[in-house]
Amino acid sequence: MADGGAMLQVNNIEVRYHQVILVLKGVSLKVPAGGIVALLGANGAGKSTTLKAISGLLKHEDGQITDGSIEFMGQRIDRKSAEEIAAMGIIQVLEGRRVFEHLTVEENLRVGAHHGDGRRLSERLELVYHYFPHLRTIRNRVAGFCSGGEQQMLAIGRALMTNPRLLLLDEPSLGLAPLIVREIMEIITRLNREQGIAVLLVEQNAKLALEIAQHAYVLENGRVVMEGPAAALRDNPDIREFYLGLTEMGARKRFREAKWYKRRKRWLT
Amino acid sequence: METFLQLVLTGIMVGSIYALVALGWVLIYKCSGVLNLAMGELTLIGAYVSLTFYTWGLPFPLALLATLIIGAILGILTERIFLRRLIGEPVLTIIMVTVGLSFFFRGLIELIWGTDTRVFHPPVFPYEPVRLGPVVIGQVYLWSFIAALALLGILAAFFRYTRWGLAMQAMADDEMAAMSLGISPKFVYAAAWAIAFMAAGVGGSLLGNINGVNISVGYLGLLVLPAVVLGGLNSIPGAIVGGIIIGVLQNLAGGYLDRFTPGGVKEIFPFVVMTLMLLIKPYGLFGWVRIERV
Repeated sequence: MADGGAMLQVNNIEVRYHQVILVLKGVSLKVPAGGIVALLGANGAGKSTTLKAISGLLKHEDGQITDGSIEFMGQRIDRKSAEEIAAMGIIQVLEGRRVFEHLTVEENLRVGAHHGDGRRLSERLELVYHYFPHLRTIRNRVAGFCSGGEQQMLAIGRALMTNPRLLLLDEPSLGLAPLIVREIMEIITRLNREQGIAVLLVEQNAKLALEIAQHAYVLENGRVVMEGPAAALRDNPDIREFYLGLTEMGARKRFREAKWYKRRKRWLT
Repeated sequence: METFLQLVLTGIMVGSIYALVALGWVLIYKCSGVLNLAMGELTLIGAYVSLTFYTWGLPFPLALLATLIIGAILGILTERIFLRRLIGEPVLTIIMVTVGLSFFFRGLIELIWGTDTRVFHPPVFPYEPVRLGPVVIGQVYLWSFIAALALLGILAAFFRYTRWGLAMQAMADDEMAAMSLGISPKFVYAAAWAIAFMAAGVGGSLLGNINGVNISVGYLGLLVLPAVVLGGLNSIPGAIVGGIIIGVLQNLAGGYLDRFTPGGVKEIFPFVVMTLMLLIKPYGLFGWVRIERV
């Protein structure tokens, strides 16, 4: 492998939608084998686009990687189709859960095992139920009627059915109660530790993301503006203020005093 | 009363054939969003193909099987040649292409088989009718009904229990999510067209046994449109129920109203129902109302 054991390596990619709209202006990042890497940023920074560029789903939205390259386990994947990329073990869990609403929970999981060995289906199912015991109790429920937390578990479980090597998680905490978010983050950590699945995590909830990730990147306007070990970013004053909502003293800052817009500008130049 | 029962029963049996064809239509619509106006011609092709095999001396069940195989091949070819490059194009473009396809197929059929009415000869099903209580039913209706039900059952099991069936349902539900799991949309579209061609083929062959084979089988195939509007464009159970209801209504209209007119009520009536349905309940009986979580 080219670069010190990086499983996934995104090299300076540029992404355009409809051949005109430039969304990513040179994004580079690395995910080491067995690591958890967080990708932070505000709305519209290009986080989801980055994930879709990696998973190949971009082409489906008339997006295109116009420059740069993506390598996975030493192989170029930026010209491959979404199916080929998924077959290599990169699975994206889409933002907003996107379960198959008219199928039952277990049918949803079985769709995840579409390409797998049919004889090992029950084995995979057991694994998913081991990590998400609650899914077993609602296995025959129609997915559209499940709660948000259940659907998020189902979305991750469904991805787990494919036997992935790298999970691209797009905002797994979106719209969920804090307790459930905690639970899901714990399961992600366990999956990473016990199954050796690498994770690239996109999150608005920077506090949580920086807790479970080892390394993090901050994306703004289609560029990586900051990167470093999660612990270092946690202590970075800008991150603390803009993403964690804390001042240097650890106290909440009043909105009036923030003037965050001016300071934020500094990153863009 | 006996006439009524008679009409309803034959209606259900013919309707089951419409249900089969309608299911094929719904499948294409659900999986790929293509509103296919060439369904009548698919039915017609099936009728002629099975007729050809039958006149070559193949027993009818084998002729039907051969029709299924040819249907699958034609379905995959049609998808590959005409529709794949249209993925992501506006709906109207795709509809116009299916209109074009319907003329293309019709021309092809006339080129190969001519325009004369042909019949299955010797007749596949015996002429002696069967008595069911007070009602007398032609054997051809009964067997068509059984064949249509069997195929519907097989398709239902395919969707529920096989990974390919599940993948197709998943794709119909959320295309992007299905792709994120590595399911290929090309495979699903091709499978949808193959199954639609197969279902329409069997439907056409059964209809051909009832009425003889000529271009009018194509018009019967077009009855899927009222059937699917009635049942809901994206509902498989809706297609089946819609097909059967259309069969019954059509028969009743023919039986009771035809005497007041110079004829043709049978042909128009399903489309009158369709228009009314569109005014009253445009999503059909079973069309998707998005599941809302409480």
